[in-house]
Amino acid sequence: MLERIHKAQILMDKACQSLARQINIMEVCGTHTVSIFRSGIASTMPARMKLLSGPGCPVCVTPLGYINLVLELAKKKNVLIATYGDMVRVPGSNGSLEKQNNNNVRIVLSSEDALQLAKDNPDKVIVFVAVGFETTTPATAVAVSEADELGIDNFCILSGHKRVIPAMQALLSDKNNRIDAFLCPGHVTVIIGSDAYHPIVSQFAKPCVVAGFEPMQIIQGLGEISRQLIEQKAEVKSVYEAVVTQSGNTTAQKVIESCFEPEDGYWRGLGKIEKSTYKLRPEYSRFDTCKRFGVEEKPVDDTSGCRCGEVLCGLIEPPQCALFGKKCSPDTPVGPCMVSSEGACAAWFKYRPKGKQAQ
Amino acid sequence: MCLAIPARIVELKGDIAIAEAMGNRWKIKTTLLPEATVGTLVLVHAGFAIGLIDEEEAKETWELLAEIEAFNQSQDKISG
Repeated sequence: MLERIHKAQILMDKACQSLARQINIMEVCGTHTVSIFRSGIASTMPARMKLLSGPGCPVCVTPLGYINLVLELAKKKNVLIATYGDMVRVPGSNGSLEKQNNNNVRIVLSSEDALQLAKDNPDKVIVFVAVGFETTTPATAVAVSEADELGIDNFCILSGHKRVIPAMQALLSDKNNRIDAFLCPGHVTVIIGSDAYHPIVSQFAKPCVVAGFEPMQIIQGLGEISRQLIEQKAEVKSVYEAVVTQSGNTTAQKVIESCFEPEDGYWRGLGKIEKSTYKLRPEYSRFDTCKRFGVEEKPVDDTSGCRCGEVLCGLIEPPQCALFGKKCSPDTPVGPCMVSSEGACAAWFKYRPKGKQAQ
Repeated sequence: MCLAIPARIVELKGDIAIAEAMGNRWKIKTTLLPEATVGTLVLVHAGFAIGLIDEEEAKETWELLAEIEAFNQSQDKISG
């Protein structure tokens, strides 16, 4: 193991010498973010190699307009909100699910639990807060098609499911031109396959390297990125070969496609991105929360002073936000990056030595 | 949130399975991984098996997860 670390470190040093400037590597996975902070990987890297936390945490990229809509739905009579745990503390413009305390929020671990709630509560309408990237989207699709087959009509979803590739393209197109390479998410790639990153490589000539969340995986990924930068190449590679294939999980891809179609959607910090969000296909529209209740997600300006959007684009580090560690902490989060355990702000708050400033 | 946990399928009926990992057993579905059978090591995310994983990688992940759990508990003791 030490040999592999040493090898990667040599490559990282060489890359810094070879490019003779700061190298910015963005990870697009909340699980990577936490692993990097917890293991202290950043502190073992050359000073000129910097890791940026990108839009890789589903809770963090969910825009304020979506959160406000969930809060509005939670006020309706006969509605039960089924949600993954992290979402209950994300502040909307006015409170959060937790603070609203309507006693109609149920935390679920799976879309199947949400569907079970519908079976158990025939007099209520279950609104499933369906967030997550391609890893999580097929689970929602299965629940929707089951609801369809079983004729369950008190179940609907508010799809906030996101596609990772359009976000990476949007970042490189007009948000952050300092990104030199991507460390790509392992478990998203289990579904989409490593071939999915070829458009990024061919369009923008940036190395895309898939890694698992174990520190050793991340170090190997950084070594591979360094090798490509030294050789002035941009390729799709995976150091997570025990799990990730080139074509991904084609069954899951078909399940997604049969239920959802891509549409333009809003992201925190990134704004509206073309074909970046999954919307239910017309044949499943009766499970669409917006259609059922005649509501829609509206873009909202964040006036709280929260700079999560810039953090998510890798434009600033959390301590550069005036609220960080003062008004905004894990106990009193203002923005989603401080709520989610996978958020860059929460990870920075928990694991960075006190007094360490942004570089 | 995109974290998937390695687990072994110990029971399977249709696409409903019981998965086991780190001393825990829970119900999952194999709808997204029809090739899974009893004994298969899979990655589980949000109640679904999403991919295959080999023995060595699964073991490394379990060890890391146990380490993280122990670390978090020690942190709670310090701060609590």
